[in-house]
Amino acid sequence: MNTWIERQRGLIDTTVANLRRRKARNLGLLLAYVLLVFLLASVVLFGDGMRREARLLLEEAPELVVQRLTAGRHDLMPAQWLERIADLRGVAAVEGRLWGYHHDAAVGANLTLQVPREAAPAAGRVHLGATLARLRGLAPGDVLSLRDHAGQPHAFVVEALLDSRSELVSADLVLLGEADFRAFFGIAAGLYTDAALRVVNPLETRTVAEKVLARLPATRVISREEMRRTYDAVFNWRQGLPLMVLSVLLAAFALLAWDKASGLSAEERREIGILKALGWDSGDVLAMKLWEGALLSLLAFLLGYTLAWLHVYYAGAPLFEPVLKGWSVLYPHFALAPEVDISRIVSLALLTVLPYVAATLVPVWRAATLDPDEVMRE
Amino acid sequence: MALFPARRGSGLAAWLLAGSLACLLLVLADASRMAEERARERAQGRALVARVGLTDLALFNEARYTRHLSQADQHAAFQDHPGALEHFPAGSLAGPARPSP
Amino acid sequence: MIELVGVGKTFNPGRDNEFHAVREVSLSIEAGRVTALRGPSGSGKTTLLGLIGGLTRPSVGRLRLHGRDISALPERFLTALRRDTFGFVFQQFQLIRDLSVLDNVMLPAVPTGRPHADIRARALRLLDEVGLGRRAAARVQWLSGGEAQRAAIARALINDPPVILADEPTAHLDSALSRQILEILAELRRCGRTLVIASHDPLVFEMDLVERVVDLRDGRVLA
Repeated sequence: MNTWIERQRGLIDTTVANLRRRKARNLGLLLAYVLLVFLLASVVLFGDGMRREARLLLEEAPELVVQRLTAGRHDLMPAQWLERIADLRGVAAVEGRLWGYHHDAAVGANLTLQVPREAAPAAGRVHLGATLARLRGLAPGDVLSLRDHAGQPHAFVVEALLDSRSELVSADLVLLGEADFRAFFGIAAGLYTDAALRVVNPLETRTVAEKVLARLPATRVISREEMRRTYDAVFNWRQGLPLMVLSVLLAAFALLAWDKASGLSAEERREIGILKALGWDSGDVLAMKLWEGALLSLLAFLLGYTLAWLHVYYAGAPLFEPVLKGWSVLYPHFALAPEVDISRIVSLALLTVLPYVAATLVPVWRAATLDPDEVMRE
Repeated sequence: MALFPARRGSGLAAWLLAGSLACLLLVLADASRMAEERARERAQGRALVARVGLTDLALFNEARYTRHLSQADQHAAFQDHPGALEHFPAGSLAGPARPSP
Repeated sequence: MIELVGVGKTFNPGRDNEFHAVREVSLSIEAGRVTALRGPSGSGKTTLLGLIGGLTRPSVGRLRLHGRDISALPERFLTALRRDTFGFVFQQFQLIRDLSVLDNVMLPAVPTGRPHADIRARALRLLDEVGLGRRAAARVQWLSGGEAQRAAIARALINDPPVILADEPTAHLDSALSRQILEILAELRRCGRTLVIASHDPLVFEMDLVERVVDLRDGRVLA
């Protein structure tokens, strides 16, 4: 056992001495590798974090939202429909929601105007999302002036700002009273944007959704589960945003591995030949290269993952901001909550360490099984 | 005999690995504290979602159909033409919500 | 101690470039003596040296070490046996560039799993003995030809093998340096080691180092 350990230590010594021989090249390789793991892990951590955040935030969302469809398009819903839905068994409560978009020419942003279920602002007053307030430089007591559907300016007094810790759901929100909303958009009383339902038994949500569709076929029913899965899909690492980044990264990674796997230089082959002639067997040569690959990739993984963690959870993932922001003017400030997921760490480690080690071993294995007398025949 | 100190490569490698592992464990150890703090922040967001009846994250407000991804009708991106190229980056990231399996 | 019975080596058998490097050689190497393989280049000296040292597997015939047939041993056992029995000094030095002289000398001992401190101490002592004590930390490409050959000899001795096999140890060296190397080999002989030297350098045979000469031509031993 001691001999085994001493031999492995000796092999590691040789590996490190080998790595030091081409310091610049190997440092460059390590850096590229760290960068790869960093980006890969950032994507995964960010995606996981966003999905978790969306899931937890939307736990408070309406269980079902019913939209009226006219010719395949979203249309305003008459109050009578709400009553017809409320009649259904299993429906605990129905509320008409009022929300809409307004393009704010002053900052070139789309705002969401919405009437809250509770604690609506008084007439002529609004509550603003913190991101929007920051962009327009508004504080409580200031006036927000917007042009209504008829082109007439409406002046709203900013009563309060929404808590900046809720920016992820409130960036562009303008909360206002129902009367103001109807006047601003020219929506007659008795019409709603859509309907939010609460069900008696959450396990029966699907049944209730089917009942709504049966009674009102010209509707679309969206469950909370579907809202959640929408964001699952956007931030799932196998699709959407992460997939785009990942595919580029994996291509780069394949390139790195391919460069390794495609063969050894004549110099490296000669050195393996010398080692074999000096009394190293194929296993020793392979073990040394295994240590080399393991050392490099393990170090790269640990550093890259740590950096990714700092990037996503401490720095707020600044690298992804421009991607997510796209063309939108309003981008919320938000912080993701970390969660240590061992299985994720392990799978990421395997994903990055194994291919590299394997790629380094294949050509060495071919060279290591050559006859040791090759060196003598030069 | 000792011409120069016997510094072993394996020792260096072990130090490097142990050092970077310690860094990783350090940030992971901070996770629970941070998660608690962030959960308190999230409570504000959850309260707002409940108060207003929100359905979506305010991440992509560049277009109507990306601001409320789960509420957008499924043809929104193609309302000009079924083969229309995507206008907004966010739209290319987000598929429509799929019905429950 | 080493016996070759009807040993032959064919490279690329059955192909257009088939080449019989060594044919039907029967030879025994006696312990504690200096045997020289002599012959012009291409006569099969190097191949025969490789066969004797277990570096090359014979195509036909047997190789016995202390009476035990080792020509069919699996690689792992043969390598271990070779490591413990033979030290090689190759024609082109075959040191690994950019590694220190000390690291190079220690290389053959790494797979043995002996304690690092022991290996290191022995390597430094051997380097002292061949007069390279001060150059231990230097990179091998900074060595002169004579120094490189002495480093190679120190490397061959690191596992304390009873047999040293040297392939053209004086090639690429001028006569003063050659004498220096042969002195070191003679010293090894005095310490009781068995030496097999492949060479066509007359200087090797002038000195009264060689006790037995085996003449080779076209892969055969001349009677």
